[in-house]
Amino acid sequence: MKLKLKIWKQKNQTAEGKFHDYNVEADEHMSFLEMLDVLNEGLLENQQEPVAFDHDCREGICGTCSLVINGRPHGPMQGTTACQLHMRHFKDGDTITIEPWRANAFPIVKDLVTDRSAFDRIIQSGGFVSVNTGQAMDGNAIPIEKDVAGEAFEAATCIGCGACVAACPNGSAMLFTSAKINHLDLLPQGKVESSKRVVKMVEKMDEEGFGNCSNVGACHVECPKEIKLENIARMNRKYFAAKLSAK
Amino acid sequence: MKLHSNVPEGPLAEKWTEYKSKMNLVAPNNKRRISVIVVGTGLAGASAASTLAELGYNVKCYTFHDSPRRAHSIAAQGGINAAKNYQNDGDSVYRLFYDTIKGGDYRSREANVHRLAEVSTDIIDQCVAQGVPFAREYGGLLANRSFGGVQVSRTFYARGQTGQQLLIGAYQALERQISLGKVEMYNRHEMLDLVLVDGKARGIITRNLINGEIERHSAHCVVLATGGYGNVFYLSTNAMGSNVTAAWKAVKKGALMANPCFTQIHPTCIPVSGNYQSKLTLMSESLRNDGRVWVPKKLEDVKAIREGKKTGNDIPEVDRDYYLERRYPAFGNLVPRDVASRAAKTACDEGYGVNKTGLAVYLDFSSAIIRYGKTEAHSLGLHNPSEAKIKELGTKVVEAKYGNLFEMYEKITGENPYKLPMKIYPAVHYTMGGVWVDYNLQTNVPGLFSLGESNFSDHGANRLGASALMQGLADGYFVIPYTIGQFLSGEIRNDVPSTDLPAFAEAEKNVRDRINKFLSMKGGQSVESFHRRLGKIMWEYCGMSRNAEGLKKGRQMIRELRDEFYRDVFVPGTNEEYNPELEKANRVADFLELGEVMILDALDREESCGGHFREEYQTEEGEALRRDDVFTYVAAWEWDDEEPKVHKEELVYENVELKTRSYK
Repeated sequence: MKLKLKIWKQKNQTAEGKFHDYNVEADEHMSFLEMLDVLNEGLLENQQEPVAFDHDCREGICGTCSLVINGRPHGPMQGTTACQLHMRHFKDGDTITIEPWRANAFPIVKDLVTDRSAFDRIIQSGGFVSVNTGQAMDGNAIPIEKDVAGEAFEAATCIGCGACVAACPNGSAMLFTSAKINHLDLLPQGKVESSKRVVKMVEKMDEEGFGNCSNVGACHVECPKEIKLENIARMNRKYFAAKLSAK
Repeated sequence: MKLHSNVPEGPLAEKWTEYKSKMNLVAPNNKRRISVIVVGTGLAGASAASTLAELGYNVKCYTFHDSPRRAHSIAAQGGINAAKNYQNDGDSVYRLFYDTIKGGDYRSREANVHRLAEVSTDIIDQCVAQGVPFAREYGGLLANRSFGGVQVSRTFYARGQTGQQLLIGAYQALERQISLGKVEMYNRHEMLDLVLVDGKARGIITRNLINGEIERHSAHCVVLATGGYGNVFYLSTNAMGSNVTAAWKAVKKGALMANPCFTQIHPTCIPVSGNYQSKLTLMSESLRNDGRVWVPKKLEDVKAIREGKKTGNDIPEVDRDYYLERRYPAFGNLVPRDVASRAAKTACDEGYGVNKTGLAVYLDFSSAIIRYGKTEAHSLGLHNPSEAKIKELGTKVVEAKYGNLFEMYEKITGENPYKLPMKIYPAVHYTMGGVWVDYNLQTNVPGLFSLGESNFSDHGANRLGASALMQGLADGYFVIPYTIGQFLSGEIRNDVPSTDLPAFAEAEKNVRDRINKFLSMKGGQSVESFHRRLGKIMWEYCGMSRNAEGLKKGRQMIRELRDEFYRDVFVPGTNEEYNPELEKANRVADFLELGEVMILDALDREESCGGHFREEYQTEEGEALRRDDVFTYVAAWEWDDEEPKVHKEELVYENVELKTRSYK
């Protein structure tokens, strides 16, 4: 299949960026990133600069790949990262637009690569259980209801890719932050620090320049792990409770 | 060079406890003055960095990823072993130890493996305390499942993404220490050299991948937790960025590469579909519980399938060769990974491969669907269910067990595995070999340690499923925090060395020279194209089966490819920018040297064991022929531009009797 690509090129964080047009010949069995590999291979053969994009595991779990494809983070397929998206979902002659995550809190490093370290800093503000190695009691000492553990697991499937932020018109990180908070908050081990955690993480999120939530719901729709919107409601409830009962 | 394993005296089961109670300690006030460099943030690196920081050491931690959470441990699917015996099925520390030694085909160190089994139970406790959401039973207690090569249920899991959940636990512990100021984190920093001062590892040179700055970092010691080198084969289940560079730099500075030819080829991966292929995707070992592996018996059926005139469903039962069930009736489709992989290769080599490339076999769930469907129908009280009803009910059961894997398969291949048998083929997955370490996980270079997949220590010639996660976390949480004290207790009078020392200047110059060399070459071929060619050579001559003639030819080809690389590689751009092609050039250059040592090791080891199969050494039935009288040793390689040299550490078995593995 022959494709036209409109790709965002930007030398570094401060440089001005713009779309470049490319032509590429792809095979329907290729993954989307392999199609970009083929494009880059062709550019290198002609001693031209390749397109920079972030990627690593290519099996949908590391959360590194981060492309807005035809206006949608990770492209058109529900519950699928860009690396797991295959070219059979496109047609010969298609024009595909590829952009980086766009959000104030994710500055562009180069072309399609962004800096998502703000997510790490949100975790640093309280996204953990304060337990040192060696302090743990037996793993079976506290039974946890199967469904509760399952719910915590669902929240914990977040891969930290940032598609939720890229999808949100406000550039909000509420889905990410709430998933992280709820994963720990649902488990007895994480409950101990629950109030402190939610306040600190929400404040950090604001400080990093992420926007607020206005109930658009695009974050959930575009999330490759289909993290539920209810997480945000639950986090808000926790946050208000913690603020109101603050000592 | 004499290699000292430094295994403590005493009975096997008491060594570690005894050793811990007598080893040197560093007092808290001194820990505050000591700094440690940890390279890598996977399970081993993140657990080591956070635990050392909790103890009071000043830790500097490095990853080439944009966040520590993206290390490739995240992709592990199946689970983590621990000798908890929660199932009351006869498991014990000794049994886990024994299974690991046997599974490794008797090529690992007894004392290290026993320690691994001992601390396995603490890992589960620690992870639960961190909030890792393991699978649970209705009673609220932890669930277990079984994996290949063992007869108990000792694998803890979090659906099909145990690696991600364990890594997030370790990552969160690490982020906590970053917030407390005890770990200084360097994201998007790649280690490009090791610095020795007075013979001790005292620092590293890194490149900031965003702006190309070459930086010097010093500390009292250096810990490498940099993963495996499976990407030397280009196509593997490893992430695109996984590389050997940090470990290889250590080897170039005098550390030894142990058993580099021991690579694990995983039998159930999605086959290669074209030349553009960038990586291979694993389908969990758990699928072999219900999937039956087969190829057609008749070559005309193979031909029709390849031409698209028939599918697997069109081949009648009598014309199918369930070759694992035929060759290994006792274990059937659940033989260990090395055995299953070789059998698939044999079937394809004989011309029975079932896709266009001829490199695929079927993994078929149709009999499982029927079997489960009948049971379901029975439990629903349906006495004369139609075949369609049985299939419908059975499909639901299979979906509940393996749904996410089937979905992933369909996303990649575009075929529905509930209707058509899956096509699978073996792929490089894990490397048992790695940097040589002693019982303290210290290399032969004082002050240089190696953890997790980057060292060689625990899996011998073949790793059992769900043991990689166990080893990474054992090394990081429960071994290195103790054993590092043996070295650091002797360093309390020394300051962190100045990065102005000549050793740092020299190492930095070497790094800059190499980068300039790549950038100024302006050749005609991309880094990727060299990497792909290297992978083909390795797969062809040092892959699933090897022979002396092929290995010698492969070595020659690698040397020629290396020369060509340094003549004709094209790396665009400059150093002072985000430049992924330059990153790849640095990594592929090291793979081009490592590949040669792997081949030399495979040549040296004139026996077949675990993942290493030498065609000259097999039984009449084509099974692996181990030669314990000559090869019960660890081969540790010292790099040399002309002729790398092997050093040997004899393996002494005091507790386990060496037996031939049989799965018939």
